Amino acid sequence: MKTAMKLLLASLSFAVVSAFASGGAEVHLDSAPINLKDTASLQRGAKTFINYCLNCHNAQFMRYSHLTQIGLTEQQIKDNLLFTTDKFGDTMVSALDPADAKDWFGGVPPDLTLSARVRGSDWLYTYLRGFYRDDASTTGWNNTVFKNVAMPHVLHDLQGTQAMGKVGEKRGHDGKMEPVMKLGLDRAGSMSPGDYDRTIADLVNYMTYMAEPARAQRTQLGVLVLFFLAIAFFVTLWLKHEYWKDVK
Amino acid sequence: MSNAPKPAIAPPYPGFIGNAIVWIDARFPLVQLYKTQVGEYYAPKNFNIWYYFGALATLILVMQIVTGIFLTMNYKPDAKFAFASVEYIMRDVSWGWLIRYMHSTGASMFFLVVYLHMMRGLMYGSYRKPRELLWIFGCMIYLALMAEAFFGYLLPWGQMSYWGAQVIINLFGAIPVIGEDLAVWIRGDFSISDATLNRFFAFHVIALPLVLLGLVAAHLVALHEVGSNNPDGIEINKNPDPNTGTPRDGIPFHPYYTVKDTFGVVVFLGVFTAIVFFAPEMGGYFLEAPNFIQADPLKTPEHIAPVWYFTPFYAMLRAVPSMFGSQFPGVAVMGAATLILFTLPWLDRGKVKSVRYRGPIYKRFLTAFVISFIILGYLGVVPTTVWGQLSKSLPLIGGADVATIVARVLTVVYFAFFFLMPWYTKVDKEKPEPERVTF
Amino acid sequence: MTAIVLNQVDPKKRRFLIAASSVVGAGAAAAVAVPFVASMLPSARAVAAGAPVPVDLNKIEPGQLLIVEFRGAPHWVIKRTPEMVAQLSKHDALLADAQSASSKQPDYAKNASRSIKPELFVARGVCTHLGCSPTFRKEIGAADLGSDWPGGFFCPCHQSKFDMSGRVFAGMPAPTNLAIPPYKFVSDTSILIGDDSKGA
Repeated sequence: MKTAMKLLLASLSFAVVSAFASGGAEVHLDSAPINLKDTASLQRGAKTFINYCLNCHNAQFMRYSHLTQIGLTEQQIKDNLLFTTDKFGDTMVSALDPADAKDWFGGVPPDLTLSARVRGSDWLYTYLRGFYRDDASTTGWNNTVFKNVAMPHVLHDLQGTQAMGKVGEKRGHDGKMEPVMKLGLDRAGSMSPGDYDRTIADLVNYMTYMAEPARAQRTQLGVLVLFFLAIAFFVTLWLKHEYWKDVK
Repeated sequence: MSNAPKPAIAPPYPGFIGNAIVWIDARFPLVQLYKTQVGEYYAPKNFNIWYYFGALATLILVMQIVTGIFLTMNYKPDAKFAFASVEYIMRDVSWGWLIRYMHSTGASMFFLVVYLHMMRGLMYGSYRKPRELLWIFGCMIYLALMAEAFFGYLLPWGQMSYWGAQVIINLFGAIPVIGEDLAVWIRGDFSISDATLNRFFAFHVIALPLVLLGLVAAHLVALHEVGSNNPDGIEINKNPDPNTGTPRDGIPFHPYYTVKDTFGVVVFLGVFTAIVFFAPEMGGYFLEAPNFIQADPLKTPEHIAPVWYFTPFYAMLRAVPSMFGSQFPGVAVMGAATLILFTLPWLDRGKVKSVRYRGPIYKRFLTAFVISFIILGYLGVVPTTVWGQLSKSLPLIGGADVATIVARVLTVVYFAFFFLMPWYTKVDKEKPEPERVTF
Repeated sequence: MTAIVLNQVDPKKRRFLIAASSVVGAGAAAAVAVPFVASMLPSARAVAAGAPVPVDLNKIEPGQLLIVEFRGAPHWVIKRTPEMVAQLSKHDALLADAQSASSKQPDYAKNASRSIKPELFVARGVCTHLGCSPTFRKEIGAADLGSDWPGGFFCPCHQSKFDMSGRVFAGMPAPTNLAIPPYKFVSDTSILIGDDSKGA
């Protein structure tokens, strides 16, 4: 039934291709340079995460002790990354009281352990670089990928202040002229734009690792397993072939 | 089997093992079981690629049970701790991530393999006399599997788990008169809650696995009673060898199909492990992104869709408009779409079983059926707005979502395959079946 | 004619192929078993919960026993008085393993006082018989334990007796002395139970 098989495959591939095609987001996302083998980047990211994000957010499923997976020693973690009251085996919980958070931000900041799996690394990378000044919002900040986000731009000391400005016009789908808006740096921060992007890349790299600590091990082991199965493929194929010689 | 004394067998091997087999066989029908189920079970020699999926489904069943047992060692069926316990498995338990990914990937692969297995049955008429009961056991396995998957999907207690279960249970709420009470009874609460999670856990880890194992056993016993069908759809038992009495086109299951299935298992494991190790989320189709957020009864995710294996039926549900102020018609259509499979043996009036000797009308209907099932599956994943809207100037359906209209047409095609079968299988110009299998 | 024709079978080749497949299969089974077996070991959370426990010695009076939990088991910290220390060498004849030859302790506690400093005794308070926790009976010659009782520990479950350094008496159900956990002095007034690594 070759034709049935072909039809089945054709319609299946249609479904798969269109399903993946429809997954595209409407806002353009920059591609995050993720490299889970770059332990130096992961360590820098961990430091940024703990120094900035962890002031308000939790990563309640992530243990400090797991940071040994990214090349840190127990002593380094204790000396440089642990808050004084935390223990090495504790999970990353913010000192911020949830009740205070409700008062200050109108809600408890979401847990960040899994945010890279919920939103995707590219989203985080674009989001953390996409804050701009907006006097209309309550915090004074807005974001290109998260409209009217409740979080203020915590890293503006590093990045500086961006503003959304009109750089031209283009014809939209309905034929009308639409303004083309673009982010521009109004006031420089302590980092150059390149350094800031690299800092965020490290941070997102770390958050990607944190969302699934086993990922590096997973892909590494996967290669071995597939290699083993390739051997098994030939052995069992030969075995089958040998026995099926009998069948006339 | 009668309890009349049976003669002792001769030791099949010299030494201890042979004597042990003799000892056991005097007390348990070991040798007979082996002979009837494996060693002297004669299967047609012309099985093709479609005949791997039964063995693969069995493999996945075993894998799901084993990984499931190990997951229950660390999972907590409590609304407060369930989500955290899954993350605990993913991070703190040694190798927990592998066991969990095997289980989540296994669920999707189970359905993929079962769908292909059912497709095989459709194509080669494996549901026809004398295999009606075999087919019915299979349909029951499919229903039990859907229930098993549905209960299991709530357990991670993520946003998709929660809202998916919410939607499905509310389907029962659409049943006239008793619906509301029935939904409350299923949940054990007025909304999905800890009580629901706890009972779904019980169903998922013990009740349905028991049912599934029993049904699989019945499916296998029925298969070995009537013998396997084959791609030619002819009965090999009609052609016995005059000397041995065994089918001339049959070969012993062992070693020929054991070695063949072993090879099939290796190929399958290649695909399976590639997913487990390199794409366990499968682009959000096996593990959905919103399910990495803990269930929040106060906030629905932006776009919710069931897992892919339910989507053909979900698309039908959405396609049927509510009538008389009730959404029950959609629910009824969805239920009928699964239950109608049971009636297949009695709808088919063709003289031949296999698609190889069927006429052109049947082939067209089967093709249309398969394509509509797959496109419905796709439509169930995406929002109904995916293909835009029809122009408002059209009569009757003007302004409707294109995808909804397509889903309605395909739902009709799906049912037409069954409802029109008594007609088209009868009038179709079939080719003559061969005497012997083609090999 | 049947479907099976066996005139070209090479039994050697088949035996080899079956052996090869079996080796591959057994390898796969063993490899798959590893993660499943390993998943039953203590998790990262259990390891974190079993982290070494610091004990502040200022809280303990001489002759007093402090029970601390380490890895879910009672651990004793006792400030032994000079009399208690002196008593330790006087009843070797009553003991089953006075030199702690066949008992579990770190090398630095393999001495008569079974401790780093004789005046501070640290032990795992779990009877080596069947896991009950013995009671602290420091009164010498207690009526119910006999006139030769030198002070020590008495297990209520099966009546095993231990002296003030956890050494078991001869003829008791318990086979060995109480175990001494690894520990170290962080300062003169504090110890860390469960960690005896050198360095900071």
